[in-house]
Amino acid sequence: MSDIQDVTAEVPARRQLRTKPFSLADRLFYGITKSASSISVILVAAILLFLLSQSFATFQTQGFDFITGSQWNNAKGHEVFQIGPMLWGSVLISILGIIGGVPMAIAAAYFIEFMAPKPIAKVATVLVDLLAAMPSIVIGLWGLYVLTPVVAHWGSLLYGLHHVSMGPVNFDIPIFAMSDGSVPSTFSGSPFIAGWIVAVMIVPIITSVTREIFSQMDRDLINSALALGGSRSSVFMRVILPTASGGVTGGVLLGLGRALGETVAIFYVLNLVSDINWFNILQSKGGSVASLVLQKFGEGTPNEIKALMAAGLVLFVLTLLVNWLAAVIVNRAQPWRKI
Amino acid sequence: MENIATSASHLRSEDVNVWFGERHVLKNVSLNFPSNQVTALIGPSGCGKSTFLRTLNRMHELIPSAGFAGKVLLDGHDIYDHDVDPVDVRLNIGMVFQKPNPFPTMSIRENVLSGLKLTGRRGYNAAELVETSLRRASIWNEVKDRLNDPALSLSGGQQQRLCIARSLAMDPEVLLMDEPCSALDPGSTRRIEETITELSDSMTIVIVTHNMQQAQRVSHQTAFFLAEDGNPGRVVEFGKTDDVFNSPIDPRTNDYVNGHFG
Repeated sequence: MSDIQDVTAEVPARRQLRTKPFSLADRLFYGITKSASSISVILVAAILLFLLSQSFATFQTQGFDFITGSQWNNAKGHEVFQIGPMLWGSVLISILGIIGGVPMAIAAAYFIEFMAPKPIAKVATVLVDLLAAMPSIVIGLWGLYVLTPVVAHWGSLLYGLHHVSMGPVNFDIPIFAMSDGSVPSTFSGSPFIAGWIVAVMIVPIITSVTREIFSQMDRDLINSALALGGSRSSVFMRVILPTASGGVTGGVLLGLGRALGETVAIFYVLNLVSDINWFNILQSKGGSVASLVLQKFGEGTPNEIKALMAAGLVLFVLTLLVNWLAAVIVNRAQPWRKI
Repeated sequence: MENIATSASHLRSEDVNVWFGERHVLKNVSLNFPSNQVTALIGPSGCGKSTFLRTLNRMHELIPSAGFAGKVLLDGHDIYDHDVDPVDVRLNIGMVFQKPNPFPTMSIRENVLSGLKLTGRRGYNAAELVETSLRRASIWNEVKDRLNDPALSLSGGQQQRLCIARSLAMDPEVLLMDEPCSALDPGSTRRIEETITELSDSMTIVIVTHNMQQAQRVSHQTAFFLAEDGNPGRVVEFGKTDDVFNSPIDPRTNDYVNGHFG
């Protein structure tokens, strides 16, 4: 026999619910995790404050030209500090790195996740992660002694395309030309080579992020595309890549964050020149904010060092923006992930 | 086992065996799937019925360790012949999966046309094909004013019918359904079952289901799969759905259809 519940009685007063941990061990654990996460926030804030205080003077004397101008002179009385070519150089080699690295990374992630037999996939994953752990200096030296001669050869081939004139076929590809129309003897020190170094350095990050996103995709989503008669390549282009695109973009931007801040490796292979190189990627002339800091810091005059701090601040803000963009894009990609 | 292959046999399996690595999971499954008939595959979890379904359109071979023996004949032609492209097999034998999984980046319309895009077809009347396919899947009236909305904006049941429409757009002769209603509410389940009944007028349907009532409502014939004590799965009993449920020959079939195990 059942009862009819009486709901006419007065509702009791609301009670305080405990949200903090109860036991000593839990409180201790809560404290440790809380302070650990606070430390990273405090550190970032402290670095930002330090850079702001150090670079204030430079922004005051140089004004907005600090970012847009192309001169650098540390002689007393004639001091001019402008990082325009370096800032654009960082962006240019990052773009080249992405063009070179992203297809490689996505292809590697696809192979590891969807095609490779398990043992090979495991080995490949470890090797790709190992590449991420490779010290920057090692990549720089490898870039200087091994990659530069190889890429210089590709460079000379591409240079041949800057002006093609074969009977009816006539076209120019300006990015392969030299800004001054000169005929280069060597292709070392160019943004093209630096771009390949950046590509090598961002491939592991993008590969592991992309692989993770591929592995989270619903297998039956891919299977239904195959069941509809899709080939591997059409399923990849029309289903896998579009579905994963948000997360992959996030991975690319994370890689870009590294590319922008990359210092030593670029320093070894790039000819830093304080004269803006907009798009002549084969010319032995380029820029990189981080490498500039490395190049000038050791023997910098006091004011020059402050200018380098300001350059660091600009780079910091740029990297922060890229990372923030990455977070936004990855978050937006969430609804498509497997639950 | 009762012989019910009276009408022209359309799809037929002959002694199908399946392995995953060294594990023998299906043994000598021989079934007939006559045209315009709905066949239900029932049995407890792990008996190999879904695996068997996937051998019928060669989805099975996408699993790296998979092994296969036997024949699957579509209109008398073995779909496992070495000169048969699995892509052609899948064009003739469509499949609907357990969870509704429309392509998330595509609109309702694009989902219906996705198979044609994936196979690089040209020269079809898109508007007409979208409407016929959605009508056959009994979802046209619900979506006709919002064909460009994202497919994920639909409810689960609608998404599943969209997936059916997506398969129908390729005009397959056979439709395989792997527990198509297990993730859906009773109302959506009923609508899909009505769709299955309507579709059986024009095609051959094989459906895996855990739901005894569903098997009785939609199917003409039923195969009961069972894997006992580490032995590979096999068909215990196969016959008209009425007979399998109301006068089973094997006591294990009787126990299963009456809910004594599984």
